[in-house]
Amino acid sequence: MSFEFAGKTYETDDDGYLVNLDDWSQDVASYIAEMEGVDMTEAHWEVVNFLRDYYQEYNIAPAIKILIKEMKKMFGPEKGNSAYLYDLYPAGPALQACKIAGLPKPTGCV
Amino acid sequence: MADPAVEKSPAEIVSEGQHNKDFKPPELTGEIGAPPVRDGMIVKGVTSAIKPHMAKPEIQSKLGFPETLVDNWEEVAVRKLGELLERYKSLQVYLDICVRCGSCTDKCQFYLGSSDPNNMPVARAELLRRVYKRYFTTEGRIFGKMAGAQKLDLGVLSDWYAYFHQCSQCRRCSVFCPYGIDTAEISMAAREIMDSIGLGQQYVNAILGKVHEIGNNLGMNPKALAATLESTEEDLEEETGQKIRLPLDEEGAEVLMVTPSADFFASPHVESLLGYAKVFHQAGISWTLSTAASEAGNFGMFIGNYSQMRKVASRVGVAIREMKTKRLVVGECGHAWRIAYSFWNTLIGPFDTLDPKYPAPQHICEFTLDLVKRGAIKLDKSANDEFTVTFHDSCNVARGSAMGDRPGGQFTIPRELIKASCSRFVDMDKDTIREKTFCCGGGGGLLTDEIMQIRVQGAMPRVQALNSVMQSDGVNFMALICAICKAQLTKVLPKYGIPVSVAGGVHQLVGRAIELGAKA
Repeated sequence: MSFEFAGKTYETDDDGYLVNLDDWSQDVASYIAEMEGVDMTEAHWEVVNFLRDYYQEYNIAPAIKILIKEMKKMFGPEKGNSAYLYDLYPAGPALQACKIAGLPKPTGCV
Repeated sequence: MADPAVEKSPAEIVSEGQHNKDFKPPELTGEIGAPPVRDGMIVKGVTSAIKPHMAKPEIQSKLGFPETLVDNWEEVAVRKLGELLERYKSLQVYLDICVRCGSCTDKCQFYLGSSDPNNMPVARAELLRRVYKRYFTTEGRIFGKMAGAQKLDLGVLSDWYAYFHQCSQCRRCSVFCPYGIDTAEISMAAREIMDSIGLGQQYVNAILGKVHEIGNNLGMNPKALAATLESTEEDLEEETGQKIRLPLDEEGAEVLMVTPSADFFASPHVESLLGYAKVFHQAGISWTLSTAASEAGNFGMFIGNYSQMRKVASRVGVAIREMKTKRLVVGECGHAWRIAYSFWNTLIGPFDTLDPKYPAPQHICEFTLDLVKRGAIKLDKSANDEFTVTFHDSCNVARGSAMGDRPGGQFTIPRELIKASCSRFVDMDKDTIREKTFCCGGGGGLLTDEIMQIRVQGAMPRVQALNSVMQSDGVNFMALICAICKAQLTKVLPKYGIPVSVAGGVHQLVGRAIELGAKA
């Protein structure tokens, strides 16, 4: 599968996740977010940027507890929880945040 | 979009499904019964287009399967079926012996939830049985359709690809079959044949590739695993004020703990990991996780492939030798426990380096309950006073294994442990628990989003039984001992209007109730 954006073709897997990490840009992310019906605010970007940084270092998305812990640092204890994460990305961090961040879809028994 | 003028390849014809995201979940009527026969309600083939993604060529080749549907697929498939019939006499018996009594028809959650008669266990098995008759029985060869035989053509193969991926291999039907026909084994054989002709399933086969390459279903490499456990240890210390460890690769530890990688990563799975850690800590038993065996799950079983199953299991053998541990304990993972209990001994045994005083392998529930009974750890039920708890028997634990040293231990041990952890426990309807338990709807390699519709439909009987005790007894927590059940139910319950927080692990409860610190 693939999609066209700004005159370029982007290769994706069967679920619409970018195949090449380097294809990602803020503009592409905005486009995927629009397709997902997510209105990107500064908080959304902070989550996406953390996911990408983590992935660059560890080659996998962060565990949910690590993401939440980071959100506590970013947004304070009141918003550092999974309820706020689902407020930002209603379909969940794996299905939406990773997709917008250009990461592969986490699979397994998750 | 595909150009309709371009002719589809056989592989596309067989594997292309419709991924309807706007389906409505079945209504919870208060009853679990056969779908009513009304005009338009029972339509054979209504879920025939729900199909998982077909495995990509690079995924297939890593497992030694043909990259895509081979040209002479009919010939290869029939040959493979012949091999399987030789190898597994049980398969031939199951294909020969069905008398169409109908006992199984309303026992499968996928039929009850989808109303598609092809999801009746007898009808599902018939998809393979008809082909078997055509090529392997005299009457089928001579009389063809009149003898219930069917040539393997693209239409049949398409139905195989759909309906053998709408079976979670949970074996509920086999409990009710007077001959004990095990549809799971038929479905495994069908998937094995499909892999042999290049028609694999992406979700399962990609995960098997990740286990071989990286070491676990998630694809969590050693560096990420170490960092994740370190971070989780910090969380534990913050929560409890104590240095509770999650040891990794510590040679000479007493216990090797093999658990699904989802326990390191996902919610609510990780809460059970914290529970195991607290139990080991408080009991003062040294333990270790291992990078070599950082996965309890073994999807080789789901595709009926013995060599894949053996290859995945061999990682546990490596870890036992490398870590020189004396005991082997398995975390909350349903099909892993079936494989561990029923198959590990012949796959990777004998476990002659382990301490013969202890069961090998031992289920974490049995391990913990034993400590509770001996007073080695204490549980404070009041920590779970906010919960009224029920227990979902995982299919592979209930019907594919046992636990402890008494018959039915797989039913009583988790319940005893839950009752020791909380004050209020209620069982669901007796026809939906223990050996008659329903599958969560996501087992057997079905835990992939493109077939969410059948997952939601297949969950209906379990959700119905849960909903009933939620209404009647105020149940607000369903304890689970399977990573697939946890992942499936946290996705599916909200679609029925039930909060995610209702699904959690047995050791999540234990972890909350355990009294930490100096022993009295």
